[in-house]
Amino acid sequence: MADWYTTFANSGVGTTITKQLGLPRPVELRRYEPGQPLLPGPVVVGSAGQGRLRDTVTAVLRDAGVTVQSPVTADGGTDGEKLGAVVLDATGLTGPADLAGAHDFLAPALERLRSSGRVLVLADPPAAAGSPARAAARQAVDGLVRSIAKELRGGSTANAVFVPEGAEESLAAPLRFFLSGRSAYVDGQLLTLSAADVPANPDEEKPLAGKVAVVTGAARGIGAAIAEVLSRDGAHVVAVDVPAAGEQLARVANAIGGTAVALDITAEDAGPRLVQQLVARHGGVDVVVHNAGITRDKLLVNMDAARWNSVMAVNLQAQLDITQALLDAEGALKPGARIVCVSSQSGIAGNRGQTNYAASKAGVIGMVRAWAPEFAERDATINAVAPGFIVTEMTAKMPFGTREIGSRINSLQQGGLPVDVAETIAWLSQPASAGVNGQTVRVCGQSLLGA
Amino acid sequence: MAQSQQPATRKAAIVGGNRIPFARSNSAYAQASNQDMLTATLDGLVARFGLQGESVGEVVAGAVLKHARDFNLTRESVLGSKLAATTPAYDVQQACGTGLEAAILVANKIALGQIESGIAGGVDTTSDAPLAVSEDLRRVLISLNGAKTVQERLKALARIRPGMIAPEMPRNAEPRTGLAMGDHAAITAAEWEIGREEQDELAARSHRSMAAAYDRGFFDDLVTPFLGLTRDNNLRPDSSVEKLATLKPVFGTGEGATMTAGNSTPLTDGASAVLLASDEWAEAKGLPVLAHLVDAQTAAVDYVHGGEGLLMAPVYAVPVLLARNGLTLQDFDFYEIHEAFASTVLATMKAWEDPAFCKEKLGLDAPLGSIDRSKLNVHGSSLAAGHPFAATGGRIVASLAKMLHEAGPGKRGLISICAAGGQGVVAILES
Ligand SMILES: NC(=O)c1ccc[n+]([C@@H]2O[C@H](COP(=O)([O-])OP(=O)(O)OC[C@H]3O[C@@H](n4cnc5c(N)ncnc54)[C@H](O)[C@@H]3O)[C@@H](O)[C@H]2O)c1
Repeated sequence: MADWYTTFANSGVGTTITKQLGLPRPVELRRYEPGQPLLPGPVVVGSAGQGRLRDTVTAVLRDAGVTVQSPVTADGGTDGEKLGAVVLDATGLTGPADLAGAHDFLAPALERLRSSGRVLVLADPPAAAGSPARAAARQAVDGLVRSIAKELRGGSTANAVFVPEGAEESLAAPLRFFLSGRSAYVDGQLLTLSAADVPANPDEEKPLAGKVAVVTGAARGIGAAIAEVLSRDGAHVVAVDVPAAGEQLARVANAIGGTAVALDITAEDAGPRLVQQLVARHGGVDVVVHNAGITRDKLLVNMDAARWNSVMAVNLQAQLDITQALLDAEGALKPGARIVCVSSQSGIAGNRGQTNYAASKAGVIGMVRAWAPEFAERDATINAVAPGFIVTEMTAKMPFGTREIGSRINSLQQGGLPVDVAETIAWLSQPASAGVNGQTVRVCGQSLLGA
Repeated sequence: MAQSQQPATRKAAIVGGNRIPFARSNSAYAQASNQDMLTATLDGLVARFGLQGESVGEVVAGAVLKHARDFNLTRESVLGSKLAATTPAYDVQQACGTGLEAAILVANKIALGQIESGIAGGVDTTSDAPLAVSEDLRRVLISLNGAKTVQERLKALARIRPGMIAPEMPRNAEPRTGLAMGDHAAITAAEWEIGREEQDELAARSHRSMAAAYDRGFFDDLVTPFLGLTRDNNLRPDSSVEKLATLKPVFGTGEGATMTAGNSTPLTDGASAVLLASDEWAEAKGLPVLAHLVDAQTAAVDYVHGGEGLLMAPVYAVPVLLARNGLTLQDFDFYEIHEAFASTVLATMKAWEDPAFCKEKLGLDAPLGSIDRSKLNVHGSSLAAGHPFAATGGRIVASLAKMLHEAGPGKRGLISICAAGGQGVVAILES
């Protein structure tokens, strides 16, 4: 469902007014629905530099039923058909001169991009490039992609994936995600893959079939959307929220055939209690989503200890403690487990009045980075998702002006929906996402904050 | 010759329970019907145990105060719930014993192998209680309904007199004596010389114990909030003997009156449900077995002509149950004696300690003896939670099963519930 402004801007009179006044013209984003093709149009795949990924990319896309065109036809415009996506393989850049190829390929291709189109650039990671010239060229991709994301209109996005040597196997799931409607509100992001044993998803329509997923804070808002999407993708969801939210929690669990667990995640025995339940009832857990979070805003000088402590306890300490309890208990985390921790844009950009919240959410980013190697040893992953402005009950309570500005200051010119965060989390939870570990993915429409 | 096949019996497992917080009459649930509350309670149970779309063997529940439209209350609630529509259901009613009796019925069918799983429940509302019209008005309305012409209708309506309009409010009174249940309990309290202070002590302890249990999260997986209520709104965590001592007696008469609104249960709305199953069913579903329902017994007393107190039937039921199971009254780790009135609990225990009563009335050689008070209603009971008649049994069964489970294997608990009509229902649970 689009917000009022998006609906207005796309109405007859709204179109005229917004065009004349030069107001933002947000469009309704292409969002994933089961059964939907990966892309609504063909993809053109080009390269700059040597490009070692074209065959992989082409194979994955053909497998997904997407028509792959070569740059020659893109340039000449064979039939003028609008493109669903443009993929640039920029691996093997040796120096800035190679970047000219990126320009040559992208400029004409972007002209043919349809609305809610996708631009994806694949490159080598800038770190350990071997020479300053190589490093410069690789790092240049960062500025290039972020700028394309800002130039695109009509709900289109641009993102980059850094693929280290040996991590080619890890590319399929991120490639599908970034081109699909699942990544509707992920824009201007740079993701770095790692080498891993990558299992195939059992079924692209039900990638989480047979999995058990626990979601904290599932009674409403983003958590309820996560529970729904994980269930749609095939998981049995154990929905956790505070006892006082039990009525809504039961409704969420019953709507998706899940299980409701009333538990305050900050309770002293929360970890053991959850572990006990997951082991006894479900034989362990495959996916853990730490979503529960609270805000207790005040300027730092006015903030009492209670505000500080409660935010830290829910948003950060509980994630640490419960994850540790799961790691410690034999058989609690099933092989190939996926942990996804909800951070926030405030944890990246900071926010006035949110020292406690921003500190807790930044802490989450540090936590997943530090834990990634240990999880990799178990063939598991731990990642964070940092939502930007997401339209929920929480944001509905904001003053009108704050809310309107908050939702417009991003490249997609609109707020995201809970389902956008949920889709990203569901993707990170897939078996095939084994090569994404220790990362923080922003779901913010390329927000200007902290960019 | 064909041998009669005695079905092998097994003990039914208690898997868990759910209830909505109990609400004092005409408060949070004033607009909720029995069906609303029972359906929400079933749905909370379904969510807790992942039973969406499942068909359980049978759902057995009831209400003491029931509208005529609720003739098929339990089945209608099942149809409105997330359970499979193919789940059979029936209603039972044994006054305040309804909830426990429902659990016994489900457990017995499981024991006989007739069903593998079942839900026992109960619900009551004193806010949305059926309202009766006076007998005169009822006759007029019936003839109005039968009238065929406008004239006939007007004639029928003309017979209505202002005096007929006042509705007959439901009363918590015994039909055969006309006395309120509290008045009956007051007679027993006087007979057994139950003092005011010990009643207030029991009441204060009930409130404080239940509040503490809530605080430590004991009810997290036993209660699901409803209509914004997250805890029983009768609960007074700061209850004290001093505060209770200030209340005026409401039952009994004169100097000796000891029973107040503080040491008697208020009229309450609420619902509860318990999931029972065979061990195999629970195991196959990965669900816990908190305890087993070992045995149960009912009894009734002649409170009209026989000189026995209205609420004393459990006193008679327990020794029968103990004898059949080769147990003494002291062989239990927890006692759940329903607090209809504080004085009822105290009179019950006093009777078991009394050599003369035990010999003459119960026919025992020796008194059953006393019970360790620290094992009695350890997480509070009806004085704290309130008492929606048919829902109390389910509250107690689920809570006791969880307490036994927490205490470890081989622990035993005794449930004793008194009921209107001079009846009592008692049961043994074991972890
Ligand atoms: N809405 C946004 O724009 C936005 C932006 C960035 C990050 N986030 C993050 O996303 C997550 C979900 O946010 P939301 O907008 O859905 O919030 P919300 O307040 O609507 O939902 C949060 C849920 O967490 C539960 N919760 C809180 N404390 C808990 C505890 N101790 N134990 C168990 N459950 C608990 C709440 O009861 C609630 O149901 C939070 O971590 C939040 O910080 C939200």
